[in-house]
Amino acid sequence: MSEHSPSHTPSRTPYFLVAGALLVLTALTYGVTLVDLGPFNTVVALAIATVKAALIVLVFMHARRSSALTWLVIVVSVAMLLGLMLGTLDDYVTRTWIGVPGK
Amino acid sequence: MSLAKPRATPEHPAAPARPFDHHAHEHATSVLGMWVFLSTELLLFGGLFTAYAVYRYLYGAAFREASAHLNAEMGALNTGILILSSLMVALALHAAQTGGRRSTAVFLALTLLLGTLFLVLKGSEYYGHFREGLMPGAGFAWEGEQRRAAELFYMLYYIMTGLHALHMVIGLGLIALMAIGAWRGRLTAPHPTALEVTGLYWHFVDVVWVFIFPLLYLIH
Repeated sequence: MSEHSPSHTPSRTPYFLVAGALLVLTALTYGVTLVDLGPFNTVVALAIATVKAALIVLVFMHARRSSALTWLVIVVSVAMLLGLMLGTLDDYVTRTWIGVPGK
Repeated sequence: MSLAKPRATPEHPAAPARPFDHHAHEHATSVLGMWVFLSTELLLFGGLFTAYAVYRYLYGAAFREASAHLNAEMGALNTGILILSSLMVALALHAAQTGGRRSTAVFLALTLLLGTLFLVLKGSEYYGHFREGLMPGAGFAWEGEQRRAAELFYMLYYIMTGLHALHMVIGLGLIALMAIGAWRGRLTAPHPTALEVTGLYWHFVDVVWVFIFPLLYLIH
């Protein structure tokens, strides 16, 4: 059974800080919709969502202090998802540029 | 080999299951296993987000109009509720790791409360959509030539939020189990593994909603 050193009690402060930041970022996400940035509204919304997700993964899910194997799983699965989305979207977006072969 | 194991207590934790030599090893493996499962979940929801991206690209105007009928304030409120629930789960795990049996159970009970509130609000939203005739199918009430595209938006909305809600229900079941285990003193420091992997699942469900909210509710 592993020893648990009483001097090393992890702090709860990061959890409160992240929760606060997440709530602020949520309000920001909502607030940005009141401003017209054209196509950048979507970009900003996604960027904020990515920051929120990163905070949750790093702090709440303890990715910060996780093993290299865990990091490998996280990075590869996100890369796979991005590949799926980019590979699918580049097909549809370029159909208006060069048309569909055979049609 | 006897299959009957003596009940674990905080004073006499169970020996690590085979083939593990140490609890730390067993714990690390369980955590990694949950991460691998979550990567499959990421691709599950990711497929739906990809479909959403394609159809939003193709039918941008209709999606914008359809999204306007969703209650963004409700969505924002639900986002806040989920964020607080994730905080509760993180605090519960911290309490379990530092030996606080009662506070662990309290934090988990709060998580249950918040999660249930989310589902109740979501259900009331669905009911509101039903009343407005925004259910895809024969009764879909939409004027104009963008009718099919708007219907498509709502199909994606119901499938994505519905799948998310299903994950919430499963998560709440797990949280309830953990709360009972915590109350009975079965979550043992320093590695309350079952609670930790449950927490990972719950945070993941929160991350999914973090993307659902702006993409479905806030199309500008």
